[in-house]
Amino acid sequence: MPFSAIIDNLDRFAWGALLTIELTVISLAIGLVCAVPVGIGRLSRSPIIRWPIYAYMFVFRGTPLIAQLFLIYYGSGQFVPQLRAIGLWDGFFREPMFCALLALVLNTTAYTAEILRGAILGVPTGEIEAAKAFGMSRLLQLRRVVLPRAFRIGLPAYTNEVVFLFQATSLVSLITLLDLVGVARDVISDTFRAHQVWIFVGAVYCVISYLLFWLFGQLEYRWSAHLRARPGAAAKTGAAPATEAATAMIR
Amino acid sequence: MIDFKGYEWVFWEGLQVTLAVGLSCIPVVVVMGLLGAWAKLSGNRVARSIGYTYTTIVRGVPELVLIIEIYYGLTEALQLLLSAASGGEILIDIDPFTAGTITLGLIYGAFATEVFRGAYLAVDRGQIEAARAFGMHEKLAFVRVVFPQMMRFAIPGLGNVWMVLIKATALMSVIQLPELMRMADVAARAVRMPFTFYFGAIVIYLAITVVSLYGLRHGEIWSNRGIRRA
Repeated sequence: MPFSAIIDNLDRFAWGALLTIELTVISLAIGLVCAVPVGIGRLSRSPIIRWPIYAYMFVFRGTPLIAQLFLIYYGSGQFVPQLRAIGLWDGFFREPMFCALLALVLNTTAYTAEILRGAILGVPTGEIEAAKAFGMSRLLQLRRVVLPRAFRIGLPAYTNEVVFLFQATSLVSLITLLDLVGVARDVISDTFRAHQVWIFVGAVYCVISYLLFWLFGQLEYRWSAHLRARPGAAAKTGAAPATEAATAMIR
Repeated sequence: MIDFKGYEWVFWEGLQVTLAVGLSCIPVVVVMGLLGAWAKLSGNRVARSIGYTYTTIVRGVPELVLIIEIYYGLTEALQLLLSAASGGEILIDIDPFTAGTITLGLIYGAFATEVFRGAYLAVDRGQIEAARAFGMHEKLAFVRVVFPQMMRFAIPGLGNVWMVLIKATALMSVIQLPELMRMADVAARAVRMPFTFYFGAIVIYLAITVVSLYGLRHGEIWSNRGIRRA
């Protein structure tokens, strides 16, 4: 059989893909929740809040994810007695899954907070002034005006972050986890069919990546309903152009 | 002071390889980026679809997979090609440095393609028309008018590509290239101090980022000299 290495191991690949998706979804969800306070804190007027957050984001955006991952997983091994003493070794740092999630969450939070920061700065001043004129408190302004608008502005950039993180989860194979790439390495050492396995795995990543682009493109379309020309009416200039994800592939 | 148990040198050696790989990638990235942008903007259907296929694949597949597959694939493809050409069996071994440079260059060339394409489209059409009105033919207008202005628009994007690229060199450790990450790894295993050495590596990557940001800011100011600002 020409493709037996893949066909015979489809179940293993499926489990690998499941782990990849699990890691992506969990770290994105936690990352998004954490990014909101971090992104807002980054814009705080108080330097005590702003500077530590700036430093955190700078470190995680300025260094390779693989180094962060190794520092957390292998690095924690240097402090086993100390970590065990505070109950963080067994069940936490000893588990590659926990270390992978920790690294991915810390990393994606930093990038997402940066996107949110830019988006908040992009909210038109007039809208914030209007909210103030209505007598809304700062928290209410954030909740009702600034954040909803910022999410919409930041969505195209966030789409890129989602796809990037999905692909970046492949690094967890280097700390022994059996994600899609981890399974591929295992299957190759069993069958020696490196090229077909890599091309197959690459194709799977490619399909899921573009599925994610499409999915977020749909979301973007829905969220911009109020900006589109009314059916029948001539298209007005200034209507939000459908953001082309391809132009913003750099992070 | 942190005790590196006499392994301080791994950082210096690793940094040199990391910077060497990163810098040697730049010409490959620029050439691939210009070729890719030309292909994507070209009127030729074949060139256009090759350009789109190139960026689509690089965008859709994780760097780690691309690096492993291109590294081993390149060796085998060359081997097959040379064996077929000579009629005999030729075994070749591309050193990880060359392979790594080509691989990263190919990957980030796709990113640069988007940068150059955007930069080309950002050049004022009136400038091209003016050049043509002066009687310059298309190539001359490109060399004298479009290209210099395009580079001005491309510099921030290219700077971005550099920042991502230098971090991606860390992935070269999987093909045994003795760059910073790999060297830190070797030392960490030798003296069983993984945290110390990975932390050292992270500090150095951060230093590279800081220096690059500083350089890029100046590059942008330089490329915008003579441009009126609002």
